[in-house]
Amino acid sequence: MRSILPALIVLLVAVTPVLAPTSQVLLTLAFAKGLAVLGIIVLLQAGQVSFGHALYFAVSAYVAASVARSFGGELVTTLLAGVAAAAVVGLVVGVFVVRYRYIFFAMLNLAVSMIFFALLEKFYYVTGGSDGLQVPRPTVVGLTLERGEFETILFYGALVLSLLAAWGTHRYLASPLGNMLRAIKTNEVRLEYLGVSARSTLLSGYVLSAALCGLGGALMAVAQGIVTPEYAYWVRSGEFVFIAILGGSGSVAGAFVGALIYEGVRTYAAAFASDIWQMVLGIVLLVIIIFGPSGVTGLYQRLMDRLVGPARPRGAGDSERAPGAAE
Amino acid sequence: MSSKVLMAAKGLEIRFGGVVAADDVNIEIHEGHNLAIIGPNGAGKTTFLNICTGYLKPHRGSVTFDGRDVTGLAPRRLVRMGVARAFQIPQLFTEHTVIENLLIAAAAQARRWSPLTPIATIPERGEMLHLLDMVRCAHIADRPVSELPEGQRKLIDIALALALKPKLLFMDEPTSGVASSEKFEVLDIIAKALAEAKVTAVFVEHDIGIVERFADEVAVWNRGEVLFRGVPGEILSHPDVIRDVIGETV
Ligand SMILES: Nc1ncnc2c1ncn2[C@@H]1O[C@H](COP(=O)(O)OP(=O)(O)OP(=O)(O)O)[C@@H](O)[C@H]1O
Ligand SMILES: [Mg+2]
Repeated sequence: MRSILPALIVLLVAVTPVLAPTSQVLLTLAFAKGLAVLGIIVLLQAGQVSFGHALYFAVSAYVAASVARSFGGELVTTLLAGVAAAAVVGLVVGVFVVRYRYIFFAMLNLAVSMIFFALLEKFYYVTGGSDGLQVPRPTVVGLTLERGEFETILFYGALVLSLLAAWGTHRYLASPLGNMLRAIKTNEVRLEYLGVSARSTLLSGYVLSAALCGLGGALMAVAQGIVTPEYAYWVRSGEFVFIAILGGSGSVAGAFVGALIYEGVRTYAAAFASDIWQMVLGIVLLVIIIFGPSGVTGLYQRLMDRLVGPARPRGAGDSERAPGAAE
Repeated sequence: MSSKVLMAAKGLEIRFGGVVAADDVNIEIHEGHNLAIIGPNGAGKTTFLNICTGYLKPHRGSVTFDGRDVTGLAPRRLVRMGVARAFQIPQLFTEHTVIENLLIAAAAQARRWSPLTPIATIPERGEMLHLLDMVRCAHIADRPVSELPEGQRKLIDIALALALKPKLLFMDEPTSGVASSEKFEVLDIIAKALAEAKVTAVFVEHDIGIVERFADEVAVWNRGEVLFRGVPGEILSHPDVIRDVIGETV
């Protein structure tokens, strides 16, 4: 019952290229952001928030751009290179930042992303400075495509990648490792007294979050055809956190629901009321935080609980549910 | 005593500002001999547990486990060697259910790190339900721990330590908060399970009845020092102990 609406939305989104081709690019960009937000949601499980994850978005986007420019640019290798770069940078930065918590964790991430932003502007021989880099349209399994075809392929690629990432992240959060990550939020002392290193656990989540942000960044780069230092700017990091709260940080679906709403409001509000779209979003966020701190997906779950009775407890306590069964 | 020394503390000293919480503590823990620690509030009992499990590093002195120097080793390293702990104030994952808490412990113990297998399906699940049954908490397996009363949280905390299958288990006032009608019964079951699994227990306890029943040896703490140590019959009837410790706690 409660999965009817989500299934309908996925279906509706999937037929967009046919029904409303003009929204296709918008949705691709929403998926790209949703993937990055998924990374934020992973960290939020551990009670940590990063105000610098645009770093991984940008690292991946720039690496993807360079690969597309210099190696003939196959779509798959472009995306893979971007994600791999984000994961490696995530590991290096992560080793350092997982020693800190809360405001220090948030601000250290911000600091590192600001440094990277400055470097992107400074080293214009490599990065194109504030003009950024053009990203030539990559080939898809060796084929050079028209713009329209490419956009459709990219849309479906983004849709499939988003579904896969959401599924994988959901499984990860239900796994022992994911439960240990969530345990960091409530009791690190006990975690250590179970023989588990809280830092290593957080590091594994951090690298995953960096990779997810990277996937989003690389998709954004090929979808927009240009990368600029703005990809690493702190406003973008803040946007990811904003969308996570909006959509609901308690579930992987929240990332994509939030991103769709955010991009929708941004685009249409900007068209009809260009001066006040930030105000609209600000008010939406206020309402969410005050009345439904678990975001839009949390509100939906509460509504469903009321209509069809409460769901069984989520995760490991859920003894009767078959492993991997959909919620 | 003829049995093997499992853990030995030598010359432990630690102070917090002006408070001396450990003042030349020397004590050996023998395999198979359950040791009770008694003493007034603030005597340094919990501090001793903190040092033995690696939470605090002593300013002076050493701790050995199984003949190996483990002074200042992180708690998780000691856990991996077989030293587990239950806390005076239960330390649980408050956003998880009871069974999830135990499954996390079981997964840690069995080193199940697979990121794609749901924790609910790990093979240790049955064992954990059994453990919950043992501490009389099977009926609350699916409840969030944040909803439970103190007594039940204490029992879950002990179950978490047991899930690690330790060689040596420290328990800090295991029965405080547990309803007095259940204290003996529950501890009986735990003691039996410990004996079966050949776990040596060290427990801090204020209830002299419990000490008499479950301890093979008693150590009396005061102001960071071990004043007496011996078999319960002797120690608990010693006039100084009755005056300074027992008198104060009943
Ligand atoms: N981390 C700490 N920082 C400062 N002082 C501490 C710390 N830990 C313990 N103390 C002090 O050391 C003394 C011994 O404390 P400890 O908790 O070991 O006593 P205890 O014997 O366990 O008492 P209780 O029966 O009340 O649990 C107390 O005076 C306490 O205030
Ligand atoms: Mg104490």
